[in-house]
Parts: sequence; C-alpha cells; structure tokens
Amino acid sequence: MSHPSSRFAAAAIARLGFWKAHRFLLLRRASQLTVLTLFAMGPWAGIWLLQGNLSASLLLDTVPLADPLTTLQVLLTGHLPQFQLLLGAILIGLFYGLLGGRVFCSWVCPVNMVTDFAAWLRRRFNLPRTPELPGKFRYFMLALVLLLPMLTGFTVWEWLNPVPILYRALLFGNVTGISIIVAIFLADLLLAERLWCSHVCPTGALYGLLGKLSPVKIAAVKREACNNCMDCFSVCPERQLLKPALKGQQRLISDADCTLCGRCIDVCAAEVFQYKNRFNKEFQRFAHKAENEQ
Amino acid sequence: MTTQSPPLKGLNRRQFLATSARYACAAGLVGSGLVAIARAQQLGPQALRPPAALAEAEFLSACVRCGLCVEACPYDTLQLARWFAPAPMGTPWFSARDIPCEMCDDIPCVKACPSGALDPSLHDISEAKMGVAVLIDEKACLNFKGLRCDVCYRVCPLLDQAISIEMSRNHHSDHHALFIPVVNSDKCTGCGKCEHACVLDVPAIKVLPPALAQGKAAAHDTYQDTGSVTLEMLNGGFKP
Repeated sequence: MSHPSSRFAAAAIARLGFWKAHRFLLLRRASQLTVLTLFAMGPWAGIWLLQGNLSASLLLDTVPLADPLTTLQVLLTGHLPQFQLLLGAILIGLFYGLLGGRVFCSWVCPVNMVTDFAAWLRRRFNLPRTPELPGKFRYFMLALVLLLPMLTGFTVWEWLNPVPILYRALLFGNVTGISIIVAIFLADLLLAERLWCSHVCPTGALYGLLGKLSPVKIAAVKREACNNCMDCFSVCPERQLLKPALKGQQRLISDADCTLCGRCIDVCAAEVFQYKNRFNKEFQRFAHKAENEQ
Repeated sequence: MTTQSPPLKGLNRRQFLATSARYACAAGLVGSGLVAIARAQQLGPQALRPPAALAEAEFLSACVRCGLCVEACPYDTLQLARWFAPAPMGTPWFSARDIPCEMCDDIPCVKACPSGALDPSLHDISEAKMGVAVLIDEKACLNFKGLRCDVCYRVCPLLDQAISIEMSRNHHSDHHALFIPVVNSDKCTGCGKCEHACVLDVPAIKVLPPALAQGKAAAHDTYQDTGSVTLEMLNGGFKP
C-alpha cells in the first residue's frame, strides 16, 4: 500500500495487527470457498463429498440437505416432495436457527463475495454514499417469492435466484447465469450500496427470520471505548443496526438482519464488538432494562 | 420488535399504509416480471426430460434444480439448462442427438432425485416415457429410398418392440421391397438412441416429447380397441 495513512481501518491494523484486523473476513472467505470446493470436487475431480448444489444436496452419500426457501416454494406449489427434501430443509433450518440465520449469507453464500467486492470497490474509490433504501423491502420480496408458487403452481423465483445460479455456473458450467451475478455486482457498485444482500434478497430474509431465536449475536460489549471513528459503519452491510447497539439501550444486536459477519469486530481498534451468547445473563439484564424503559 | 429502528417509532398509520402500499406495488411489479420471465422459458420440442419426470407443469412445481440427477448420470447425458437452452433455467434435460439416455437398469438419476420431480415409483427403465421416436422425414430416410440402413432399428434397446421393420412393396421399381422402420409408441421410451444414430446430417427420426408426438382419442370414442373393431366392421358390416 502506497498510502498507509489513508488505508481503511488503519487504526485497527496498527493496533491489532493484520491478522486480527482481518481474521473474520479471512475466515469467512475460507468458509465460503471450502463449501464451494466441497461441492466442486465432485464434478471437477470426481471426489463426491457433497453432491448437488445449495438448492439441495447429499452429504457423504447419506445426509440430505436442502434450502428452506426452495423447499417452501415447492410445498406451496402444492407438490408434496419426497421425505429426503423435507428432512434436508429441516436440518438446514435447525443448523442456521442455532448458529444465527444470516450466518448463511456471510459464511456460505457465494453471492456475498461478489457484493462484498462491490462494497470494497465503493470504499476503495470513495464513491459517494447513495440514499438509504428501506431494508424491509426484502420481506416483501420473501412474501412475493412464497406467494407466486401458490398463484402460478411453479417455483417462479428459481428462474432468477442468484444463489443457486452462481453455483450452477461453477459446478455445471451454466455460464450464461453469470449475467445475473454481473447485474447484481453492477447494481451494488453503481445503483445503491448493498442493494442486493441488504435490501432485496429473499433468501437472506428467510435465513434472518430463521435466526431470530439463535443464541449467537454480536454485541457492542465495550462501547464506552468507542471513539466514533466510523470504520464499522463503513464496512457493515447492515449499518442501521450499529447505532442502537452503540448508543441505544441495548448493546446486543438482536435484529435478524445482522449477518454475523464479524467485520465490525475486525475493524474496531478499540475492540468494542464481540460475538456473544444472547442468553448470557448480562444481556438478559440489558434486555429487561430496555423493555422496562419503553 | 420496534427497538432496532427508532425512526419507525414516530410512524403514524397513514405513513405505514403508504409505505406498505408502495412496497407491495414494487413487489407486485417484480412479481409480474418474474412470472413473465418464467413463462417465457418453456421446454423446447427437442428437449427431453430425464426418465420418470412428472408431466411438465408438475415437474416445474417439484424440481429444485439441484443437479443431483445430472451428477448421478454415468454417461453425462443429463445437463442443467442454461439460459437460452430449450428448457427452463436450471432444470435437467438432454438432447437425444448429442448424448442419448443409456437406460441404466438401476436408474441412478431417479434414485438421486430428492424432490420427487422424477417419480421414484419407476423401477423398470423400459417403462420410462421420456419421449416418443417419430420417423418424421420419410423423404430423407434411407429405408424409404429402398436401402437397408436400419441403423435406428438396430440400436434400439427394445429391438423389435419399440422399433420394428415392416416389409412392403417398393413401387418405385415394382419388384423390390421396402423395409420400413415403424415405431410402437406404446413401447418406445424416448431414450433417443435412434435419433443419435441416424446416419443423415439431420436425423430423419426424432424423439419428441410424448405430449407433442402422441394423439389422443376423443372422449366420446367408446371403442376400446379400434383396431379389432374396424376389422369386424370390414368383415361383417357396420353394427353401431
């Protein structure tokens, strides 16, 4: 880097070192690429650990896994799928329900790498902030995606769902689908910040709802140390959630839209944020306090 | 519920209704666009579904486009549709002319399907109905020219059942025979071996989806076995 002083999160890198200021970013990329590699080893190298794609798959030839949104769409068309698909969706639902729903978005979903890249470019080239869009639109998208199978009798969203499209492009050579990914990248880069993942994607919306009860959350534990450097705001894909945790009544980010990416933990020189168990007594006290004050 | 978004606290009912209506309109527009895109992509007449696929409309309800059938196919016959392929995005299909179905005894593609889009009750691959072979261009077919090509007949996995050879007089020379390949649509599985093997540049025999290839008697037609009834009529006069 030629201008170390203008480097993003320079304070965190100086204070914590490169690894600690990037650890969750690097771990997430490793996780996303590991899942992709497990799927790709079959068609590419003939080693079948994980068959199928993110819509439905078979782990080690025995454990079925399935995307809850795809499975819900199939059910809502009126088709009763085989038990394998239902079991797969239940297993995935339980997994993310426990680990934090949008962990899927930040630790598994391949589209996240594309949209994070667009966000990085925006930051790197200081593109102007775009107007805040309503993040709740994604829940209307989710309702729409679940309504359309009931009206039309087929799984309409699967024509355009970019998550399996990217996987199909990489695993099955369906390269034309990449055009959707390019469109999402350009929209995130040029139209509005974090347009896809934080405003539109119904997959993320459903995983968010699944993770509502998850014990894994991020909390601004040492928020008194915050020096308002705004690095976490620059990097957070759901930055509207940060202010309440930093300045509001509850330190815990309990909202379902948090992707638990941990980038706020990385970039904070004051080490304000930590992964926390929401059922930890300390947060229950905070939660009660917040409720009482309302 | 309201703790995470302070600006919403001051929201009154009118604003709430207006915002919801706006989102709902946007979602409605997106929805119509999605349905239009999805409807525009239909199965082409030369695109065949894997064995035991449900009827197309039900297939599109059930298939999750996971590719497990494609990965299970030992002959790389099946592929997941790309955009602009003659099948809806991401669904499995095959082109008989490129790689036909080898009709595996254990039907691995059907076993792999998690959704039931490929009906697991199919156990005998010779009862599959991927399509029906149709000798569609008699003018180009070498057998109709009086030659003994017979390639489609010989490669058929259900030899003499799905395709048989029927002899007739060659009126062109008037003292030779024609050996005409005839498809029995009840037996043909639509595997596509005949179309794949046809020696012409463009095959004279093509596998078409059953819905396109097969006719259906009118509902008021009460004759169960039209063939024998017409024979009786010819021999004994018409008795309605």
